[in-house]
Amino acid sequence: MSEQLIVPTMAEFTAQGKQPEVLFWVGCMGSFDDRAKKVTKAFVKLLHKSKVDFAVLGTEESCTGDPAKRAGNEFLFQMQAVTNIEVLNAYEIKKIVTACPHCFNTIKNEYPELGGNYEVMHHTQFLKSLLDEGRLTVEGGQFKGKRITFHDPCYLGRGNNVYEAPRDLIRKLDAELVEMKSCKSRGLCCGAGGAQMFKEAELGNKEINVKRTEEAVEVKPDIIAAGCPFCNTMMTDGVKSKNKESEIAVMDIAELIANAEDL
Amino acid sequence: MNYIPNILFALALIVGIGFFANNVKKLIRNIKLGRDVDVSDHTSQRWKNMAMIALGQSKMVKRPVSGFLHIIVYVGFIIINIEVLEIIIDGLLGTHRIFSSIGPMYGVLIGVFEILAVLVFVSVIVFWMRRNIIKIKRFWSKEMTSWPKNDANNILYIEMVLMVLFLIMNATDLKFQAMENGNVVSQYLTPLFSGFSDGTIHIIERSAWWLHILGILAFLNYLYFSKHLHILLAFPNTYFGKIVPKGQFKNNEAVTKEVKMMMDPNVDPFAAQPEGAGDEIPAKFGASDVQDLSWVQLLNAYTCTECGRCTSECPANITGKKLSPRKIMMDTRDRLEEVGKNIDANNGVFKDDGKQLLDDYITREELWACTTCNACVQACPVSIDPMSIIMEMRNYLIMEQSAAPMELNNMMANIENNGAPWPYNQMDRLNWKNE
Repeated sequence: MSEQLIVPTMAEFTAQGKQPEVLFWVGCMGSFDDRAKKVTKAFVKLLHKSKVDFAVLGTEESCTGDPAKRAGNEFLFQMQAVTNIEVLNAYEIKKIVTACPHCFNTIKNEYPELGGNYEVMHHTQFLKSLLDEGRLTVEGGQFKGKRITFHDPCYLGRGNNVYEAPRDLIRKLDAELVEMKSCKSRGLCCGAGGAQMFKEAELGNKEINVKRTEEAVEVKPDIIAAGCPFCNTMMTDGVKSKNKESEIAVMDIAELIANAEDL
Repeated sequence: MNYIPNILFALALIVGIGFFANNVKKLIRNIKLGRDVDVSDHTSQRWKNMAMIALGQSKMVKRPVSGFLHIIVYVGFIIINIEVLEIIIDGLLGTHRIFSSIGPMYGVLIGVFEILAVLVFVSVIVFWMRRNIIKIKRFWSKEMTSWPKNDANNILYIEMVLMVLFLIMNATDLKFQAMENGNVVSQYLTPLFSGFSDGTIHIIERSAWWLHILGILAFLNYLYFSKHLHILLAFPNTYFGKIVPKGQFKNNEAVTKEVKMMMDPNVDPFAAQPEGAGDEIPAKFGASDVQDLSWVQLLNAYTCTECGRCTSECPANITGKKLSPRKIMMDTRDRLEEVGKNIDANNGVFKDDGKQLLDDYITREELWACTTCNACVQACPVSIDPMSIIMEMRNYLIMEQSAAPMELNNMMANIENNGAPWPYNQMDRLNWKNE
């Protein structure tokens, strides 16, 4: 597919002497992972549809340092953070939206002490605010009556107490929101956080993503909704390991809404 | 008049409280072995947390059955202590039920105590059954053998005995029974003693009275050696608990200083150190032993009552990995106790014993299994943060020992070189828009 998306960069904005309404922080997964790139594009389409004046850093963006910090490498984390903050501050960024709860948490909570103070929103919060302001409308469309369960990302839910924004968006789809037995503040991790994404798990009797997928399968969903590119990967792998990929789709909230709008 | 009982009572009280005070002193000394941390911020939020979480038991009831039973025992424990006050006054002055002079209200008070005593007794029986008959999984983990298991049951037995003694004491108090005021439960126990002479009944009453108060003093001194310390430490622990969002991890100031210096174009890299600046030993990054942890983390360890809610929610533990957040807390306390005893044995100075928290108590395999999901922190009913200890120890492994698992080294090298955890070129970051 070679559709051309218009994705302005901060460099371009600044060259024209303009400032965007919001910076879209794409993140490493959103930039490089084939599955997550689809979420990135879906979100960009929604931004265009809502006429949001946004920009990305593009090649000036770099890892927030989250996996380094959670692995225990405070030095590497702070090097990443400080260089990112230099770029963000140079562009006088005020507001940031990201589709990755790890980037969201790190920039929102851990950058201020290092000199980076921004209003940071997770894309589900941002989409919710667009809806509330009437800039975006959502019709159920193809998801009407579908059973959708939401898997809470740890760094969005427990980490930052955001539980309702993604659920509100799912309800807007006229879908049937079903909760897993452990959800919200007691939601089970997908197994990717804390830099686990990048290493094999320690010896145990089951992979965490498989365990979480089993909890999801129990509520017989048509779709497992995700709000994090890492969760998305882990749950997709989990569904495959259960040979359920023909029955259960794993989709990001942004994709659900973009698809409902046939974007 | 015979003052011997009064003197004996006063002695028991002095010895009991004296030993306890000594234990508290040791407790505070050990907690202070931790690094200093500033917790002077957000005072109103901290008081609120203490009121809600410790006093109000708000997180206990997240699990309704154990939460409800715990509230009964907790309320019973606090309210029945009013009776202990009366016992202490009676014991010192040689009076008998001194509060009964307040009139009919006394009956109401004792009536409430008696009902609570029965409720506590029943709740404790249910607790015991959950542990020993139903065998709820979180009470039977690997770390819950030997002392931790016995400790938990000891506490339940002591509470059962204390409640029974209280009721027997009332049932065999003939004067109190004759008042027909407040003996709502004990009146049904009195017939059990009808075969005895008044003298024998009096001896039983005195024995129950003495055993009750001596039992309480003994229990008080048991606390320091037990997980039961939470009845006191839950309050300061919830006050000093984490205030910022759970996702926000501690910033390391020492590293910030280094990084800022590297980024500052005006820093002269060849400048001589100011006089005395190089004298101080650079602090260790992260933690390999208890002294490297903050005193709040050490307080956490003493507060842990080993309920295992953390471990039962831990994704690593659920899927059979070695990591158990409860074990992290228990290991921290055990090691801290060991260090404390070492200091006691060496005239107040810690003598290197060739051991440390890392490896001798907590293995690397446990540390690397954590997904930092915060489920343990969320689950803890008294605001303990096991994850922060895991993170401190990972800091040590990476920053002092460069001992990361191979794959994580690759990930970190990628971030350093390409600005992403995978070997992709930073210049390709926007390629997705054309794909």
